[in-house]
Amino acid sequence: MAGDRRIGETILRLDDICLSFGGVNALSNISIDVKEHEILAIIGPNGAGKSSLLNVINGVYHPSSGSVTYKGQTRNQMRPHDAATQGIARTFQNIALFKGMSVLNNIMTGRTLKMKAGFFWQCLHLGKARNEEIEHRKKVEEIIDFLQIQSIRKTPVGRLPYGLQKRVELGRALAAEPEILLLDEPMAGMNIEEKEDMSRFILDVNDEFGTTIVLIEHDMGVVMDLSDRVVVLDYGKKIGDGTPDEVRNNQEVIDAYLGVAH
Amino acid sequence: MFYRETGQFKTSYQADQAIFPIRQDRIFILIWLLIGFAVIPLVASEYAFRAILIPVTIMGLAALGLNILVGYCGQVSLGTGAFMAVGAYAAYNFMIRVPELNPLFCFVLGGLTATGVGILFGIPSLRIKGFYLAVATLALQFFTDWAFSRIGWFTNYTPSGSIAVQPVEVFGFAFNTPLRKYFLCLTILSIFALVAKNIVRGRIGRAWMATRDMDVAAEIIGIRPMYAKLSAFAVSSFFIGIAGALWAYIYLGSWEPLAFDINVSFSVLFMVIIGGLGSIVGGLMGAAFITLLPLMLNQLPSAMGFEISTALIKHLEIMIFGALIIFFLAVEPLGFARLWQIAKEKLRLWPFPH
Ligand SMILES: Nc1ncnc2c1ncn2[C@@H]1O[C@H](COP(=O)(O)OP(=O)(O)OP(=O)(O)O)[C@@H](O)[C@H]1O
Ligand SMILES: [Mg+2]
Repeated sequence: MAGDRRIGETILRLDDICLSFGGVNALSNISIDVKEHEILAIIGPNGAGKSSLLNVINGVYHPSSGSVTYKGQTRNQMRPHDAATQGIARTFQNIALFKGMSVLNNIMTGRTLKMKAGFFWQCLHLGKARNEEIEHRKKVEEIIDFLQIQSIRKTPVGRLPYGLQKRVELGRALAAEPEILLLDEPMAGMNIEEKEDMSRFILDVNDEFGTTIVLIEHDMGVVMDLSDRVVVLDYGKKIGDGTPDEVRNNQEVIDAYLGVAH
Repeated sequence: MFYRETGQFKTSYQADQAIFPIRQDRIFILIWLLIGFAVIPLVASEYAFRAILIPVTIMGLAALGLNILVGYCGQVSLGTGAFMAVGAYAAYNFMIRVPELNPLFCFVLGGLTATGVGILFGIPSLRIKGFYLAVATLALQFFTDWAFSRIGWFTNYTPSGSIAVQPVEVFGFAFNTPLRKYFLCLTILSIFALVAKNIVRGRIGRAWMATRDMDVAAEIIGIRPMYAKLSAFAVSSFFIGIAGALWAYIYLGSWEPLAFDINVSFSVLFMVIIGGLGSIVGGLMGAAFITLLPLMLNQLPSAMGFEISTALIKHLEIMIFGALIIFFLAVEPLGFARLWQIAKEKLRLWPFPH
């Protein structure tokens, strides 16, 4: 864990969020504060509502009640596009890359909101459009170097193995230079070595750019190593919130994981 | 090892982002331009211009336009004939109603009118996908078939409903010979191909492809699928509208609404599928292939001494198209363009097999 990184004020607050699908209460009365610069892990058994929570944060799902306060602005729903504009980026549990595009182009899409050249200049690929393309390409190359995927930059992502795709998806999210990065099981299905790489990337991002990270992860070892704080969900309810050690010793959490009847 | 990128290290991203980063590709393009603008005009016969070269260049433009929509943005359309018709009839009406206008400018206005209609009929794409969208564009096709044959105003109340036009004249220069017509079409095609290539390698093109591949993810990184889809409809319809105006004025000279019916929509779609979805050269190869195949089927058997009935030729043509389309959709959705790329990769290693 990075020792001298200062955790700041609350940057994102969820208040009393409820979300249901038909009869299923995916989230019931969830309140969470996310602090600036921290790494917050969300854990819980399958179907606990972890992915739904991320979807509420970046506006894919709209909660039936409750509010989201981000950087002082409160709203009860947000559109994915607005979330992106305000610096919230994410990756998905089932990789959501653009399969037909190269690694480079996938990561370039992450810069979309920062590109301004008008249609006319793009038709000519001159002037502003060209300069902008080169300038953003530089930034994207930095990310490619950081993630050590130089050799595959022109490969269509559909042809890459799973672990690399996860890395490219992280790259695309990073390209937006987000303030909050939401990672949905970034290490699922990886071997130890790949997990170590990914953990290092996450720590480095948090360290170097101060990016706040909310991550869902099943591997307890990884969670304990990476996170400053852990929130535990079970059946849509929050049953634990604290440092990794506190959570590890919380009886309710232990019960949920050991499958004690409710 | 004629075609290779080794030894050509790009020292700047600018060089790497050039339109054709590999030198051999630049040479290929130059050769093609040379063939198109210099060799063909010297050797081609009048018949070749009329039956092959002019239709291929115009249909190549339409295929380019459709490929933007279907290949790059992933929105299926069966309304190509309709957009071509809108371009043609709009250009016609601008020309007869405002005779002072430069005809080429009227073509552009025809394209812009098609753009407007394209945006309007692109709106359903915001809610529906795939098959349902195809049906919606089909409705447009039937609507324009009906409108241009029934609403007299569009055809300036010509009794037969068909329109005949004079050769296009620009600043006193008449495009009245096959060679001149061909030059006009090829120039327009080259310009539009360059513009298309520029758009698809920039921000807008990436937004189209992202929307095609996964619209939810696109939205999450800040691409608005609505803008992406509507802009694809707009640009695509503009290209197709211009192609329609050229088809009417340059290729046909006189036409009736049937000239832009559903068969046109299908053949342009076939060009895109066979040539390669999401590839600029692919669309052009598809246009050449689909125009040439019927001609070859017509000539080849008699040249080889067979006698085949015209009905059989027609059936053969349909069967070959059908087989190719199934092949490309099922096995190689990237079409001829992909086969070309594989050939280049082989060439890169030649003469070594691996
Ligand atoms: N779009 C949806 N439509 C219907 N039900 C949904 C939808 N999304 C989630 N759910 C339901 O909400 C509940 C929580 O799902 P969610 O995906 O948030 O769980 P999770 O904690 O991410 O689980 P996992 O560890 O398996 O990824 C589940 O019962 C799920 O079936
Ligand atoms: Mg999940």
